[in-house]
Amino acid sequence: MNTPISWIKAYVPDLDVDVQEFVDGMTLSGSHVEGYEKKDKNLEKIVVGKIESIEKHPDADKLVVCQVDIGTETIQIVTGAKNVKEGDSIPVVLDGGKIAAAHGDDTEYPEGIKIKKGKLRGVESNGMMCGIEELGSSRDFYPEAPEDGVYVFLPDSGVKPGDDAVKALGLDDTVVEYEITSNRVDCFSMIGMAREAAVTFDKPFYPPVVEVNGNNKDVNDFIKVSVEDNKLCSRYCARVVENIKIGPSPKWMQDRLKAMGIRSINNLVDITNYIMEEYGQPMHAYDLDTIAKNEIIVKRAKDGDTFVTLDGQERKMDSGVLMICDGEKEVGIAGIMGGENSMITDDVKTVLFEAACFDGTNIRLASRRVGLRTDASAKFEKGLDPNTALEAINRACQLVEEMNCGDVVGGVVDVYPNPVVPKVLPFEPERYNHLLGTDISREDMLSYFRKLDFVYNEADDVLTIPTFRQDIGCAADLAEEVARFYGYDNIPVSLPKGEATVGKKPFNQRVEDVAREICERNGFSGGMTYSFESPKVFDKLLLSEDAPEREAIVISNPLGEDFSIMRTVSLNGMLTSLATNYNRRNKTARLYELGNIYIPHELPLTELPDEKMRMTLGMYGEGDFFTMKGVVEEIFEKLGLAKQVDCEPANDITYLHPGRQARLYKGKLEIGIIGQVHPEVCDNYDMKTEAYIAVLNMDVLTMLASFDRKYEGIARFPASTRDLSMVMDKNIFVGQIEHIIIKNAGKILESCELFDVYEGEQVGEGKKSVAFSLIFRAKDRNLESTEVDKAVEKVLDALKKLGVELRG
Amino acid sequence: MKEKLEAIKADALSKIEKAKDLDSLNDIKVAILGKKGELTAVLKGMKEVPPEERPAVGQMVNEARTAIEEKLEAEKTKIARMLRTEKMKRETIDVTLPGRKNIRGHRHPNQIALEDLERVFIGMGYEVVEGPEVEYDKYNFELLNIPANHPAKDEQDTFYINKEILLRTQTSPVQARIMEQGKLPIRIISAGRVFRSDEVDATHSPSFHQVEGLVIDKNITMADLKGTLAQFAKEFFGEKTKVKFRPHHFPFTEPSAEVDITCFKCGGKGCRMCKGSGWIEILGCGMVHPHVLDMCGIDSKEYQGFAFGIGLERVTLLKYEIDDMRLLYENDVRFLNQF
Repeated sequence: MNTPISWIKAYVPDLDVDVQEFVDGMTLSGSHVEGYEKKDKNLEKIVVGKIESIEKHPDADKLVVCQVDIGTETIQIVTGAKNVKEGDSIPVVLDGGKIAAAHGDDTEYPEGIKIKKGKLRGVESNGMMCGIEELGSSRDFYPEAPEDGVYVFLPDSGVKPGDDAVKALGLDDTVVEYEITSNRVDCFSMIGMAREAAVTFDKPFYPPVVEVNGNNKDVNDFIKVSVEDNKLCSRYCARVVENIKIGPSPKWMQDRLKAMGIRSINNLVDITNYIMEEYGQPMHAYDLDTIAKNEIIVKRAKDGDTFVTLDGQERKMDSGVLMICDGEKEVGIAGIMGGENSMITDDVKTVLFEAACFDGTNIRLASRRVGLRTDASAKFEKGLDPNTALEAINRACQLVEEMNCGDVVGGVVDVYPNPVVPKVLPFEPERYNHLLGTDISREDMLSYFRKLDFVYNEADDVLTIPTFRQDIGCAADLAEEVARFYGYDNIPVSLPKGEATVGKKPFNQRVEDVAREICERNGFSGGMTYSFESPKVFDKLLLSEDAPEREAIVISNPLGEDFSIMRTVSLNGMLTSLATNYNRRNKTARLYELGNIYIPHELPLTELPDEKMRMTLGMYGEGDFFTMKGVVEEIFEKLGLAKQVDCEPANDITYLHPGRQARLYKGKLEIGIIGQVHPEVCDNYDMKTEAYIAVLNMDVLTMLASFDRKYEGIARFPASTRDLSMVMDKNIFVGQIEHIIIKNAGKILESCELFDVYEGEQVGEGKKSVAFSLIFRAKDRNLESTEVDKAVEKVLDALKKLGVELRG
Repeated sequence: MKEKLEAIKADALSKIEKAKDLDSLNDIKVAILGKKGELTAVLKGMKEVPPEERPAVGQMVNEARTAIEEKLEAEKTKIARMLRTEKMKRETIDVTLPGRKNIRGHRHPNQIALEDLERVFIGMGYEVVEGPEVEYDKYNFELLNIPANHPAKDEQDTFYINKEILLRTQTSPVQARIMEQGKLPIRIISAGRVFRSDEVDATHSPSFHQVEGLVIDKNITMADLKGTLAQFAKEFFGEKTKVKFRPHHFPFTEPSAEVDITCFKCGGKGCRMCKGSGWIEILGCGMVHPHVLDMCGIDSKEYQGFAFGIGLERVTLLKYEIDDMRLLYENDVRFLNQF
């Protein structure tokens, strides 16, 4: 919403604040000012001059030398303009003044252009005559200005030499732009904003006093109105103006419309535009001679109907679209746009004015379906107050009479079967204070309400809320009104009192924090990727046609196919990020992400899906499978799962290298996967390097994790170390050996660490050598060597069953 | 005898004096005090000394021995110190060489901002809670006073799965869920992903994060809301930060406000970051709408409270002066390494 300050002052004449005070005040009372434009910010020392004489320039054919009366004196100005003649009044920028733009130049000059006196081809020039573009405007708003040349004031403009030309042109204004929230429908009008300004700055508010004379004819002889759908059209007001005299509208009206960026067309169109700005009420004007049977019927369109709007476009209708019809045909889409067939032309004789109230939601949805959003529909969408319609149409007719552009026919047709009545709310000052934490007196509260046109009834202790304030419905709303004008700034500052609460994080977040910490310690940085992705991801990850991962939730209105499904695998984001790094030639990258995957119970979705937290680690460059495994193991260790997680070789995870992948289990619970990314998948992501990933099921880990620790004492008795160097079949996993050692070495085994794996000639074809270092220790005594020997023997016996032998 | 001892002592002390390293000191020790050493020889010749002189001679021998031993020890310490000094001289390093760094990962700036924020509120007794990202229309809109066909549903450009289920457009549905559980008083914050149908550009992303706060008790006032957020702003943006509350409108709070803080770059003087105004908008808040309380099963005549919502990315971008939101989702390590 924009308002020129001059227009606000038309209703609040005592407003005496400067622009900055105005915008600050309005913002703090709830009309958030987004910006303002001083129309004359780059216009300085520009006066009205009257050309007394024009002579040829002695040395230039294209220039003339003028003597110009600027009120205080007569100065000489040299100009190249062709359109001036003696006696013309023109805007003149004097020596040291400023203009907004240069002639025939599209460059923007944020600071304007300084004008100095000088000599043009040897002849002194003490100023410059200005074209409308040089004054920062355009012919759109000043159609009387020449296409090329100096602006010449119209003979009836009443200007005299020395007048402030900026003022004379109506450019001495500031247009303020507000962000109006959707609840304040009344503020999408000049009167609404003026009322806010009046209350904000505590000045009297003078809305227009609407009086229409009307002639002695009766509108009912001209038009009959029936509304078939009272829900979609709660009110329909109609008036008729005959003997229309089309012509220009007066300057004051043109100036106000100009300031709003609306071009003046003619008196009739300008009046409807003016009413829309002033009251926020869209109006429509029909040529009554085109209205068949002098009848207006408001009803729904039929599915499949077509209609030509006044922009000449044919549009498809449906039964949800409300139409304005005459006795034979449709003449307009209600609240959106009139029809070509009833359009006003320059030879219109009788006009039918319409000011109606249409259902906001229906207009919004219909305008979207029809594919046509207009200034009028944008207003109706917000849900207008039907009680404004009558005053608005009368105001329009008042302007018709004032501007002498026709004879208003007596009487109004007003179809309003269910009038909206003002709400009545109890006046509860204690409640407002209790909500706000303030101690505002009831008198002060009542004074705010009075200014807002809320009427207090002392006998019943109630407030009557005007219908244009549809946003007011309960005590909290009234408390807000009090707060706005008391000043949010003046509300005291305190901290909540009452029952103490414990600040804490949920356990799963503590687990996540630990995992994050370890990732970062190991060189992995936190990443963030989208939750939605393309269904093509499944192919890129080589998932089979019937893979359960393909059962993904589909967004019905996605930004595009690439963002159309909710991820069921966390890998795509990670691989895309790794590829981004790779293709930007970062030598090495290590990333992790904590984010949900979304697993539907069934498709299509009938209940919320399972959102499972996944920690995805990815890396390329330095490091290999075991680097990744080390990080993952460290996480398990910190979560109290040291040595409890099995890494079981796998070969069926399609996006991983078949010989370098594993599932991680604690007992039967799958905790995650780890592996090298399948080279073909790397290709699919345009990555020509080996990459490794791990995915941890944080939901399962949270269930298993524990931060409980018990001090176990520090070993006081010496340890006994035995190194076992063994030869075995190549296919036996080291993990298996480790298991057997742990299982068979008994309680006295303190640790068992792998220190060598070797394959080669010395151990023979199909064999490998594996060496473990076993440390034995008892907590309460020195170990006898026989005791250790026995344990080792037991281990070796067990290993023998696998064909493992001690290396000679 | 006496002269002999004096001579041995003098000779030994002078030799010790001249010794250059620990080995020669040891040689001297052996030559004089060793089993076959000169002084030991003197002791062995004691039996030739008349018995009445023996105590005196014995004492002389001991004195000589002590003197020599002390001298030896002193010299040994001196040489050892000298050797160490020399060694340390050789060990001199160029201390201006760069320090060795471990490869360390970096936390995502958004996460750092979130943790800073959570820390402040946890300190004030707030419990961190979570809610689903794929959500029912009921929680995202209906219970928050945004009924069917409300224009706010359009404004927020929601991603729908079907008529009832959508991607939450705000973290506020967590409010409704917590209130519905009915455990009072409530003092929670909830952070998480939210989704809106915005095309990706420097200031928009279809997926971003919000942090939601909710406090409900019998006597929670707007003054408490102001105090809480002023406190938060100071802790989070710096002690000198001032806050400004501007009236605003949200369907689920009444009264509602938007909160500006003094620009932390220019301190309120006006700069490029705050577009010259000296203020930066950081969050929306208000007193929980009585309809919302009632719909969620809390008696609005007895209880009242406040809620606020912060756009996390916005705070992150401002705090770290990041000029393009897309950087947050690209995960380029050269970006992440800066935090």
